[in-house]
Amino acid sequence: MKYAFSFLAVIALILIAWLGSQIPGMPYLFGIALPYLAMMIFLGGFVYRVVQWGKSPVPFSIQTTCGQGKSLDFIKHDRLEAPDTTAEVVARMFLEIVTFRSLFRNTKSELHDGPKITYESSKWLWLFAIIFHYSFLMVVIRHMRLFLDPAPFWIAWLEFGDGLFQVGAPTWYMTDIGLLAGCVLLFSRRLITRHVRFISLVNDYFPLVLIFAIAATGILMRYFLRTEIDIVNIKQLAVGLVTFSPVIGTEIGAIFYIHLFLVCVLLAYFPFSKLMHFAGVFMSPTRNMKNNTRAARHMNPWNPKIIPHSYGGYEDEFREFMVESGIPVEKELPPKKDEEKDEE
Amino acid sequence: MYNKRFIIPGLVIFVLFVTFPLWFNAFSTASPVPKPELPPGGEKECVAPASEMRDRHMVLLNEWRDGVLRDGERDVITVGGKQYRKGLQMACMQCHTSKEKFCDTCHDYTSVNPFCWDCHLTPEEAALKKETH
Repeated sequence: MKYAFSFLAVIALILIAWLGSQIPGMPYLFGIALPYLAMMIFLGGFVYRVVQWGKSPVPFSIQTTCGQGKSLDFIKHDRLEAPDTTAEVVARMFLEIVTFRSLFRNTKSELHDGPKITYESSKWLWLFAIIFHYSFLMVVIRHMRLFLDPAPFWIAWLEFGDGLFQVGAPTWYMTDIGLLAGCVLLFSRRLITRHVRFISLVNDYFPLVLIFAIAATGILMRYFLRTEIDIVNIKQLAVGLVTFSPVIGTEIGAIFYIHLFLVCVLLAYFPFSKLMHFAGVFMSPTRNMKNNTRAARHMNPWNPKIIPHSYGGYEDEFREFMVESGIPVEKELPPKKDEEKDEE
Repeated sequence: MYNKRFIIPGLVIFVLFVTFPLWFNAFSTASPVPKPELPPGGEKECVAPASEMRDRHMVLLNEWRDGVLRDGERDVITVGGKQYRKGLQMACMQCHTSKEKFCDTCHDYTSVNPFCWDCHLTPEEAALKKETH
């Protein structure tokens, strides 16, 4: 049901863009107004979320370690798993962000005869994630050829590498297939693995279906539904958008507006969804803190400011009352001469 | 806000990355909108209508290549009474005589790098070869 809803939502979005863009004048909404709006929501929402996270105090030093922390000299320190210095934290973060190291330890427990329980690392999630993310990154960078004028030479290099097999015309890109396959694999993982299916929500399925639809419409536009897809026209619009002088020349096919509308929805949805793990991976305190709790004290930032109050100071403050009620004091009250005079 | 000295530079880098096309285009000279040269010989008819050629010429060329090289289908194409042999140099470049003024205008603008010219010669290169032989 939850995944069916994501499909319905994406189909509804496709229909909105398809039918909407056929109404005269509406291409300006789908081609110009919505992309600007989506981009503003994306940037504003992204910065807002990160600032909100930045305002949240981290009360404890809560790194997740999975190796020997720094200890005595003869105990081997696992520098990547329990980083002790900033350089080690940077190295750990870099490998996490670039190679998804933590997914490599996606432990799977199995019950065998005996009964005996075994734990082993299930690498599928890591593999699917690598395929998906790097394909997506490459696809986004390749799209810059439509936004940058003149298109820089390094984009041609990337395109050449991506289309290395020179299959068909226009050349098929490996990352196009990779992105589609990544979506399908991650989606089927959620359906097939029972415990993952149990915890999956609409907001887990929806982005996968949406990104699949974006990739699929892009591929359809490039290879199959080429009618009225004039790349020069589309580049003029794209360059116009980023130079704040957008124009829609001749008519552009509906598949283009469907593709663009889905991208706008993804951008606008991004800051309010799990996709914010893009920023979250940098800001996760379990990864970006040092495992040096024995060497340095972590202060909870929301602790109230308590000024040290020694017993001596306490007695100085309350000595009179303590003497009055007969509590023993370390230092007696100073003798009061004028009191004696009054008694005489 | 905590850890300002990391978060704020990080956010600035992120925003600069996302808005990269704005900066790039602001500091580069815009190329003119491509206007491919019409056949200098004045031919008005192509193997397919202009709109279809604009959308699907690469598919057609690929089919021709596969047909000629793999299946030996060297048919003759008749356009407006004139006959052409199937092929980039033999058909297309007969009318669209300049690669630079026709093919490259749009391809350069949109960073399309077809591998036609890995094997084929442009008319100018072909003329040069003939002179040397």
